[in-house]
Amino acid sequence: MISVRNLHKSFGDQQVLKGIDVDLMPGKCNLIIGLSGSGKTVLLKSILGLIQPDEGTILYDGRNLKTLESHEARKVRQEMGMVFQGGALFTSQTIEENVRLPLDFFSTMSASEKRDRVHFCLERVRIQNAAHKSPAELSGGMQKRVAIARAIVLNPRYLFCDEPNSGLDPETSMVIDALIQDITHEYGMTTVINTHDMNSVLEIGEHVMLLKGGEKTWEGTNDEILHADQPDVVDYVFRSNLMKKVRGALSRG
Amino acid sequence: MIYRFLAELGAYWKFLLQVFRRPERFAEYRKAFWRDVDSLGVKTLPLVIIISLFMGAVVTIQTALNLEDPLIPRYYIAIAVRESILLEFAPTIVSLILAGIVGSNISGSIGNMRITEQIDALEVMGINPAGYLVLPKILANVFFSPVLLIFSMTGGLVGGYLAGWWLGLLSPGEFLQGLRLEFQPFYIAYSIFKMTVFAFFIASVSSFFGYRVKGGPLEVGQASTQAVISTILAIILFNYILTDLILQ
Repeated sequence: MISVRNLHKSFGDQQVLKGIDVDLMPGKCNLIIGLSGSGKTVLLKSILGLIQPDEGTILYDGRNLKTLESHEARKVRQEMGMVFQGGALFTSQTIEENVRLPLDFFSTMSASEKRDRVHFCLERVRIQNAAHKSPAELSGGMQKRVAIARAIVLNPRYLFCDEPNSGLDPETSMVIDALIQDITHEYGMTTVINTHDMNSVLEIGEHVMLLKGGEKTWEGTNDEILHADQPDVVDYVFRSNLMKKVRGALSRG
Repeated sequence: MIYRFLAELGAYWKFLLQVFRRPERFAEYRKAFWRDVDSLGVKTLPLVIIISLFMGAVVTIQTALNLEDPLIPRYYIAIAVRESILLEFAPTIVSLILAGIVGSNISGSIGNMRITEQIDALEVMGINPAGYLVLPKILANVFFSPVLLIFSMTGGLVGGYLAGWWLGLLSPGEFLQGLRLEFQPFYIAYSIFKMTVFAFFIASVSSFFGYRVKGGPLEVGQASTQAVISTILAIILFNYILTDLILQ
């Protein structure tokens, strides 16, 4: 479990996070939702350690990165996998090399064991035929799958995804969502997903938190979100005509 | 203005401290080193040779035009060409050219990695991105620069020899006599040292500008331009300082 306590972050005069408290559950897809500028990305990057918060603590199963010795902190880091919005694949390397990089740095496996592990991960995301291609030869959806394979290659305890569906068609989005959920359940990972795709929220949002103006304004599950009457949730979720119709249908029973 | 310059200098030193942290795994850095030797060194070799050949030819022609007095032996042209090529043209001019070619390549590629979150990806993996991306580039540039320098010197002298012979400015015998006359091997060591310092600046300053890019492709382009300008200024400044310290 990742516990976030009283997290504050400002950039100049602008307060982006205003005392966030949340527990991100293991074995579940924890979704952070909110409008653009609500602080989702800053929260995710703070949890990842890419941004230093001004105040507050983040505990990874009780371990605080700030108070750990550097070699212990590095070990915690190796338990994290991240799927970036654009994939962030290394363009000068092949798909196989991209997925193998964390193993090359942090595992003591032999070359053949590494090859097997890479092929297993590529097979797990159903992209085994692309091993020798370069990232530029792949579609956006395929690049996301490679990013997932790279993120899970070291068997992480924590998986972070920054808008994994952005730029993807609805069908590919669903495939990616399903893949993330399957992997989360299979490995019992604490998965944190930053998104504003309502379809993802309804499909895989086992634990959803809504951010507004740097504050957590609601927390619940994907079932609860459809019936919530908290104004911020209603304002966020039922903004589109489609969702308004869904709400109408739900209220009619 | 001065405050900004000092702040930039401080940021550059902090960046270098990050670059020279202990590598997580030497084998991976070694692989990156050889990759960078190929892309930053070996691939620029043909261009360095071509530039040096023509540079040597031009220096020979211009020296010959300025030494038309019949009382001055023709082999003096070769002495002047040798001194110019060995002391200044090969290390400094070639470094200035490399600052443009290699410097913009380094800052562009690292800047692109920054805006596409590849650097963040390395950091999340627990890899020191500054070390992994920059240290092999600095070492590759520094260790390969003497090779480039020797090729540049040879190219310059061959260019001068060919121009002198082809245009009838001085005979091959006179050229070779001038090359050997009062030759000081120390000049080669001095040039290698100078080129090594310049190579360090080319790789480190360009990486610094690329590494801290914020924004999109436009900012990457701006960072490349800034990197080239700053590297050129550093080379010119240190050329003066080193010449003053070593040759005076």
